[in-house]
Amino acid sequence: MRPLLVRGGRVVDPSQGVDATAHVLIREGRVEAVGPSLAPPDEALVLDATGLVVCPGFVDLHTHLREPGEEEKETIATGALAAVKGGFTTVCAMPNTQPPIDTPALVEAVRRRGEAVGLARVLPLGCISKGRQGRELAELADLAQAGVVGFSDDGAPVANAFLMRTALHYSTLIGLPIINHLEEPALARGVAHEGWVASRLGLPGVPPQAEESMASRDIALCALTGGRLHLAHISTAGTVEVVRRAKERGLPVTAEATPHHLCLTDAWLLGEHGEGSPFAPLSARAYDTACKVNPPLRSAEHRDALQQALREGVIDAIATDHAPHTAVDKMGTFAEAAFGISGLETAFALCYTALVVQGGLPFRRLVEALTIGPARVLGERGKGLGSLRPGAWGDLVLLNLAERWTVDPDRFASKGKNTPLAGVTLQGRVVGTVVGGRVVYDARTAAPAGGGSL
Amino acid sequence: MQKVETTPARRKAGSASVPWPHRHILDLDTFAPQEISLVLDLATSMKEVLGREVKKLPSLRGKTVITCFYEPSTRTRISFETAGKLLSADVINMQATGSSVEKGESLVDTLLTLQATACDVLVLRHPHAGAPYLAARWLGRTSVINAGDGTHAHPTQALLDLFTLREHLGTLEGRTIVIVGDIAHSRVARSNLWGMTKMGMRVVLCAPPTLLPWDLLKGRRETPGHPFASVEVETDLDKALEGADAVMALRLQKERMEAGLIPSLREYIALYQVNERRLLRARPGALVLHPGPMNEGVEISPAVAHGSQSVIQEQVTNGVAVRMALLYLLCMPAGGRP
Repeated sequence: MRPLLVRGGRVVDPSQGVDATAHVLIREGRVEAVGPSLAPPDEALVLDATGLVVCPGFVDLHTHLREPGEEEKETIATGALAAVKGGFTTVCAMPNTQPPIDTPALVEAVRRRGEAVGLARVLPLGCISKGRQGRELAELADLAQAGVVGFSDDGAPVANAFLMRTALHYSTLIGLPIINHLEEPALARGVAHEGWVASRLGLPGVPPQAEESMASRDIALCALTGGRLHLAHISTAGTVEVVRRAKERGLPVTAEATPHHLCLTDAWLLGEHGEGSPFAPLSARAYDTACKVNPPLRSAEHRDALQQALREGVIDAIATDHAPHTAVDKMGTFAEAAFGISGLETAFALCYTALVVQGGLPFRRLVEALTIGPARVLGERGKGLGSLRPGAWGDLVLLNLAERWTVDPDRFASKGKNTPLAGVTLQGRVVGTVVGGRVVYDARTAAPAGGGSL
Repeated sequence: MQKVETTPARRKAGSASVPWPHRHILDLDTFAPQEISLVLDLATSMKEVLGREVKKLPSLRGKTVITCFYEPSTRTRISFETAGKLLSADVINMQATGSSVEKGESLVDTLLTLQATACDVLVLRHPHAGAPYLAARWLGRTSVINAGDGTHAHPTQALLDLFTLREHLGTLEGRTIVIVGDIAHSRVARSNLWGMTKMGMRVVLCAPPTLLPWDLLKGRRETPGHPFASVEVETDLDKALEGADAVMALRLQKERMEAGLIPSLREYIALYQVNERRLLRARPGALVLHPGPMNEGVEISPAVAHGSQSVIQEQVTNGVAVRMALLYLLCMPAGGRP
């Protein structure tokens, strides 16, 4: 493979505190050096990144690739292309496929398929319970041996407290995180955040306490067992508080939040992109099923608490919870429509626009939450990811922070066109993505470049 | 109980110039008070037709109205059907049971099929909130009337309730109505909240806390612009009824008890049934309304349901008049209005 020199960009790498104009040299798939005056080696491919930001490749802890079983929604190939278009060079594939990823053979199949596609790194997660049934513990050690980077029954919570205790306890054998979808089923019987919007629309609500009570339970079990607990897609101010307290106690607890929970509110269900008075008459755009997601979009108070928690580092990572669906899945009434937002291709621009440009979050903190933050959640298996330190995997992303663009789901690489952001203008664009020293996405061709230049 | 004589001619003159901006009837939040008055005025004229020996107008000849019901209904479906037929529209009933819905056809596909038959108005009842909004988004040529969507709205019921109240009370502004029962899950109550507050009524909601829509009412006094700022909440029915001009009892659905929202029917009846003893607390001759169907002996005692203060059967008649008015307004070009 030809060496790659990315020249003249503003390199932002929170893992080593770098924010300076520099070159990045990648050789044999790994970062060799970052510095202000690197000469291109013989036969090197040179990318001119002048005027662009160069970051470590983004790491997504929470991606639904739908393969095997629901290839009409997404495949590993389309999902991986969507990932690199969104700047994600690593995606952790959620195991709630059909069949669920609960055997080493299935882990191997997903891993190999990801390698064959050759775009983003696809790191499988394994189920916590056999068949994702929430009854018996899956063979966690075997799954770890096969290469999973963590365990989750996502799509559904581990409702059985004893099973959760056992999972956390047993996982101390292997040191991989247990990732729970926080939702107390007896309380979470709705389709929208319990509040004015849901009540006005006549939709059954999910109170924040459905999430917070399970977060508190899991943290208590984490303290009991010593297992590593990662809280998926947290969405409420109360959950932020229990995570904050757990971290203050030194417990091995980490948390992620999604771009949509960090940036949008339940007012988007009213069909006006969250703008205008919540008391205004409903238009025919109300009940926008593209906004139906689990956990639900919360009120502004919760969104603000998440933003503050991200700023303070209580939230370790931004994870997309990319959940692609077909048009038919979203075309019914709000009650019938599937939960989920196709998020890989808008994650960075949404966060940059809402959190950095409009919200004043330091850009470096955003990059941290997309790179070394999630890599740290993966522990040993995240080593070399999310960083441009010499020796790290040669994954990077090039960003044009000035570019404004309007979201057009028809141009998504993902099969899932389900986004509430259709027609919304965002700022900040991924213009190039490199995985292992190979250019895998080039915005000028909007297609996998397979080694071309920018 | 005394019915106040209205003067339809004056009302007509007063509201004839009100523009009619609505292509669909989805809920009353989009209605200005003058537009509500326009509907009620026109319904007054329509009710007069109902009293004639030959109850038929040619107004909607050549128009097609389809009633599409995904839930069981007696009053609303028959009311729309009658209203359409009395105006000479061709009315077609479609029920989800026995249709392609049972073969798995999606709601959108069913709606598009119905529109393709060149229908002018689609009357939709659906168990899911927002279904008529979905219909309005997809149907470019057909007007949609929400005949009840989940726990969200039932605007035509609210309009007939307002019509009934105005007919008896003469004016709505400043009048007090108590709505008692499962308000949290009632689409009738939700639409009435919009309609009654817009018309300046004093609304008192009464229910056990588990059946009150707290989120809809939260911050109503403190939040500027809150549409329900004037709405009052009282969990004691005896207190709520003090001096009321009208009381509307809502049906208690069995599943609320099964869902654990109330401990027992016996206790609910003891605390929240509208009965003769309680009714004495209201203004003498206060009106008793119920959107139906009733569980007699549960939310309302048989004596009250069929007593001299009850206007429950009149509500049904008025429902036809109001729906005639709405079909007329949706189908007739503005110039053809009375």
